[in-house]
Amino acid sequence: MTLAQVAEELRLEFLVRADPEAEVRGGYVSDLLSDVLAHAEPGELWLTHQRHLNVVAVAKLRKLSGVVFVRDLRPGPEVIQKANEEGVNLLVSAENAFHTAGKLHRLLFP
Amino acid sequence: MSLPGILRHREVFSVAGQDLEKAGTVSTEVQRVLRKLGVEPEVVRRAGIVCFEGEMNIALYTPGGRVILLVYDDRVELIFSDYGPGIPDIELARQPGYSTAPIWAREMGFGAGMGLPNMEANSDQLEIRSRPGEGTVIRAVIRRRKDDASTGGRGAST
Amino acid sequence: MKLREVAELVEARFLTGGDLADRTVSAAFAADLLSDVLAMVREEGVLLITGMVTPQVVRVAEVMNLVAVLFVRGKLPTKPMVDYAAQAGIPLLATSRTMYETCGILYTHGLPPAKRKSLPHEPPGHPAP
Repeated sequence: MTLAQVAEELRLEFLVRADPEAEVRGGYVSDLLSDVLAHAEPGELWLTHQRHLNVVAVAKLRKLSGVVFVRDLRPGPEVIQKANEEGVNLLVSAENAFHTAGKLHRLLFP
Repeated sequence: MSLPGILRHREVFSVAGQDLEKAGTVSTEVQRVLRKLGVEPEVVRRAGIVCFEGEMNIALYTPGGRVILLVYDDRVELIFSDYGPGIPDIELARQPGYSTAPIWAREMGFGAGMGLPNMEANSDQLEIRSRPGEGTVIRAVIRRRKDDASTGGRGAST
Repeated sequence: MKLREVAELVEARFLTGGDLADRTVSAAFAADLLSDVLAMVREEGVLLITGMVTPQVVRVAEVMNLVAVLFVRGKLPTKPMVDYAAQAGIPLLATSRTMYETCGILYTHGLPPAKRKSLPHEPPGHPAP
């Protein structure tokens, strides 16, 4: 399923629409950059509370399909700018991590 | 600035700097003391959250400090003081998500920029005084209300 | 949902508090950042799903009066933490599943997400979940 479809189904708001046709091949929930670096798989959609600038670099390194900030948490302008430069999709979910992950899981594995 | 009211209990706790084994124990201890004194459960809960955040700030970023617990008949006060680096811009630090925390602190689950906002949300009054290079004093006032059995902080709807 | 069912659904084992397996879990919250847990609403029966195994997790669970803590990604807390939780009456569970899978499975089986109250900066009546 494409990120654009996932975003529509889960009512996610794009902050940076770098590549909406990216394929979402699963999800990963973590607030720890080191954990995502070590364990997230390419194509996974990363749900997080972490708003540090390095989130963008980690998402790019792991070739994730995008980053979703949960609980309506919004990153600062430097994060958005960096994601635009690096071509990393950034989105926001109004719901918490458990809820967003639950819905994504159900959408991908109905 | 002091408010009127009858002081029922005063206790001082020390917080070791850079000691992540013990960090957080003052808040559970404060909650135990408050429960023993018969303080309303919602006030105990809010004091626990305020204390945890204040205590973690001291433990993570300063060489150490202390927490003074003052229990009045109409309120609970928590005063956090440390000799740490201080907060250069207090208004900025009060903004949710603003953080100067290093990566190591974030990787341990701290430093998300929600510490002061959480303290603010769970207290009725929060005063911060800080001098860069000298230290920080934070005073949190949590009022004891009759309807506190069911409501949260001042963000609560009731 | 009972704590016992939570454990069965995500193949978690009890590190302590197995005698409290009949406790009711009414909602769940998943996070590694502890301030996000502290920003959560006052609600009874909330299960915390986390990959964080620092001693502060159990203290936050105690401060927030959580029903139990479920550690994911195969992370295990230290023995002193488990002992502390046992004495505080907080069940600890552990699963090798990821946080994403754990949330997905529990949500699909009907466990609702925990709600949270609004913070002072948010418009009243419209708290983010």
